[in-house]
Amino acid sequence: MQFGVITFPGSNGDHDALSAIELGLRQPVEPVWYRETNVSRFDALVIPGGFSYGDYLRAGAIARFAPVMEAVARFAAEGGPILGICNGFQILTEAGLLPGALLRNKGLSFVSDWVHVRVESNRTRWTAGLTPGDVLRMPIAHGEGRYYADSETLERLEANGQVVFRYVDAAGNVTPEADPNGSANAIAGIANEQGNVVGLMPHPERAYDALLGSDDGLKILSAVLQAGIDAATARV
Amino acid sequence: MTTQADGAKRWLAQVYVSLKPGVNDPQGLAVRDGLHMLGYAEVDGVRVGKYLTLTLNAPDKATAEARVTAMCEQLLANPVMERYEFQVSEADGKAQPRGEE
Repeated sequence: MQFGVITFPGSNGDHDALSAIELGLRQPVEPVWYRETNVSRFDALVIPGGFSYGDYLRAGAIARFAPVMEAVARFAAEGGPILGICNGFQILTEAGLLPGALLRNKGLSFVSDWVHVRVESNRTRWTAGLTPGDVLRMPIAHGEGRYYADSETLERLEANGQVVFRYVDAAGNVTPEADPNGSANAIAGIANEQGNVVGLMPHPERAYDALLGSDDGLKILSAVLQAGIDAATARV
Repeated sequence: MTTQADGAKRWLAQVYVSLKPGVNDPQGLAVRDGLHMLGYAEVDGVRVGKYLTLTLNAPDKATAEARVTAMCEQLLANPVMERYEFQVSEADGKAQPRGEE
């Protein structure tokens, strides 16, 4: 399965994502420069974390207009799996590929810490092999991660199973303390209606080996790989 | 008033972007608390937003306003969480916001 990791000016999680896929998942991966206009050679795309365009105006607001994003939108429309991590999540919401927006953390501070998230839906390409209720431990590092959507959108997301990850404590319970940024409904990650595009604030690519403190992030990458294998097997 | 050779005039747009009512604004709350600490007890609400100035060329004010509206919808504000308002006036030659200056 061929992975691509998009690099914008100011991305800083791109090399972590490349390492996680190459060394953790052991799949072929190549960097994609933001000026590229064709991503059809890939089976899956990762939009990594960082501070694209310095977070000017709003996080992700300028990256949305980068040349590669038209190709990314086509890739998404054709059902290609896309994972947006942290700033990548912000870019996907700004681009309208995912609903809602990410606001300044409730406590105003940049939060760099380990969190637990609970898998809420396995109807997405990035959680297909996981079990709802599974608790994953991954790091976060963001100043603008407070998920926001109006109440109608939130109801729709919950009803459709588009809420993919929720901040919980180690035991898997939603508590005020477990939510690091004040997100609506403690949402840490969501999917589009089709389930091929997923965005989340935690960093699975920084948790792909026990040496890093956790290898739970690898489960998300493994899920999309398994989904790809299953789809390819079904075609044969 | 500057008039270009092609008849376009130069306009100044002053754009205000802020979080929608009802969207929690932790920056505003922190500023409010700071004002209370300084003794401004009469302050019961603060919202923090952005102020942008643009100069643009357009044949008339209505066209300039229509263009700025489109700019707000597409980039300057995120309609999911923010609202915007703006005023367009004739640029008088002094108002020259340029990014590089």
